[in-house]
Amino acid sequence: MARTAIKAGAIEKWFGEGEAKTLALRGVSLETYFGEMVYIVGPSGSGKTTLLSVISGILRPNRGAVEVEGTDIWNLSSDGLAEFRRNKIGFVFQDYHLFPRLTTAENVAVPLILRKTEWGKAIRQAYEYLDHVGLKNRAELPPMKLSGGEQQRVAIARAIISQPDILIMDEPTASLDGDTGRSIVGFVHRELLNENRCIIVVTHDDRIYEFASRILHMEDGRLTGAENIGARPEPALAGNAGAVAVGPRS
Amino acid sequence: MSGTLKLAYKLLVNDKAKFTALLIGVTFAAFLMTFITSMFAGVMNHSSATITNVGAPMWVMDPAVQTPANSIGMPDYVLDAVRSMQGVSYAVPLYVSTALVKLSDGAYQAASIVGLDDTSLYGRPDMIEGKIEDIYAENAFVVVEDGDFPKLESPHVGTEFQINDYRGVIVGVAKVPASGLFGIPTLYTTYKRAIQYVPNPRYTITYVLVEPKTPQDVDRIKQQVAALGYRALTKQDFMQRSINFYVYQTGMGINLLMMTIIGFTVGLSISGQTFYTFILENLERFGALKAIGTTSRELTLMILFQVTFTALTGYGLGVGLCTLMIALGKLRLPDYAAVVTYLNLVLALVTVVFIAGASAYAGIRRVLRIEPFEIFRG
Repeated sequence: MARTAIKAGAIEKWFGEGEAKTLALRGVSLETYFGEMVYIVGPSGSGKTTLLSVISGILRPNRGAVEVEGTDIWNLSSDGLAEFRRNKIGFVFQDYHLFPRLTTAENVAVPLILRKTEWGKAIRQAYEYLDHVGLKNRAELPPMKLSGGEQQRVAIARAIISQPDILIMDEPTASLDGDTGRSIVGFVHRELLNENRCIIVVTHDDRIYEFASRILHMEDGRLTGAENIGARPEPALAGNAGAVAVGPRS
Repeated sequence: MSGTLKLAYKLLVNDKAKFTALLIGVTFAAFLMTFITSMFAGVMNHSSATITNVGAPMWVMDPAVQTPANSIGMPDYVLDAVRSMQGVSYAVPLYVSTALVKLSDGAYQAASIVGLDDTSLYGRPDMIEGKIEDIYAENAFVVVEDGDFPKLESPHVGTEFQINDYRGVIVGVAKVPASGLFGIPTLYTTYKRAIQYVPNPRYTITYVLVEPKTPQDVDRIKQQVAALGYRALTKQDFMQRSINFYVYQTGMGINLLMMTIIGFTVGLSISGQTFYTFILENLERFGALKAIGTTSRELTLMILFQVTFTALTGYGLGVGLCTLMIALGKLRLPDYAAVVTYLNLVLALVTVVFIAGASAYAGIRRVLRIEPFEIFRG
């Protein structure tokens, strides 16, 4: 049986109070597994990014629980949560959020530096990861000198340099042309997906669906459906609290 | 340096335009505050020149005297009374006044005349040229070589001049620790010659200089002198009284305060706003750092490091610039009234630290408030 990476049960999240109250997540439950690449898709405002934030320990839900590798993350202290994100999760942000005043190598090394790795060692490892994404020759340039696709690869190198168990990618192809987008997600699928890693991708881009293990559809704060795309890890049942229970196909 | 601090350092200094603006703000504030307080310290130093140069431990004077510059004569019996007081080891008269000196070319130059006790020459200056005993010679004067020395046409031993139609002769050249406030040269002579040559009011003793037998006698002497209707002050008390007069009873204190406030405000405005803008422009990156696992404590530490580094660098540059300006000023005017004291440095440092603290507080508050979720939302 595939190991569970994330288990979220009956997640509710709202913003504002009274008449201004907006329900972003309405009892969402899901379970993801190591070795799979899960896409969360849906129209704008459907709650994809909110869900991604809740399951990655960034946004506290109003109700429900999230377990990552068996740990209830929302019972952790603020520092414990930061440490959890630092050690377990790799983020690729939609706008990359690279530091324009650092070199490409320094940008990639940031997660290691935050984990107290010695500066020189962190930079050497950054070179290795830049080599992995084909950008070693760009290591000393500031990220603003790179193309959009190259910046995306730098962001990916930064996300994986600390070897996180879970890789979160928010709209990874939003700023890229079709070929570049497919090439990058293909690279992630080919090179980074393994039995010890779970990759979760929020996207609108149906041109990259071919790389998904599962696609979860969201609408109006609920999971409304799931598609299993190919041969995936052994299934497991997910909790159901008013949302569609989804799990990988055997 | 830890990796996190090195990261903070690079994020700061690699943004050259912002870092330069920040440095200019702090440097300007540090410079202005050090410079203003140094000028004040210099003026105070010069205003106390007579006290410093004569060096007596206790001074007896008319109660109305506020500074060495506005001396009031005392009758001769005061000297005798002080000499007879308990705890007084010895007491001598001192004459200080101003007179017009007629130079060889016929021009007049104001000069400070110091008349030393004829017997002891107590308070005499260090001689550079000639011997102090020559001051007993006929018409003898010793000239002080300081920044105002050239105003007497740089006299040497044997140079003659006139003072109140009396002939004067330079018998020696001396040096003193501090020059006077008003930019006039100084001539030393004996007490008797001074009161003979310089037109005087009825009472001629400007100060009675007192050497107490022991430090414990100081208070007793003060009480006895007060009972006589005069005032006795230690050297430090007299200097402080002089400083208090300039600070509280002239516009100097208010001017100093205003200039310090202006320096502080300008520095705070430039540094505070630039740093806050720097934080705002990097807010998304700080949010990204937060998202990938930087704790609030680490972010606070990074910002504090950035602010402290900028503040200390700007402070060093400001103090250095101030010192350079004073040095340049002294090249042109040797007695340029500005001196950087430890108190000036501490005052400027405290102000710069306050500016840095205020800038950091605003930045830290903003960064700690940002939700990493905002980074996802874009």
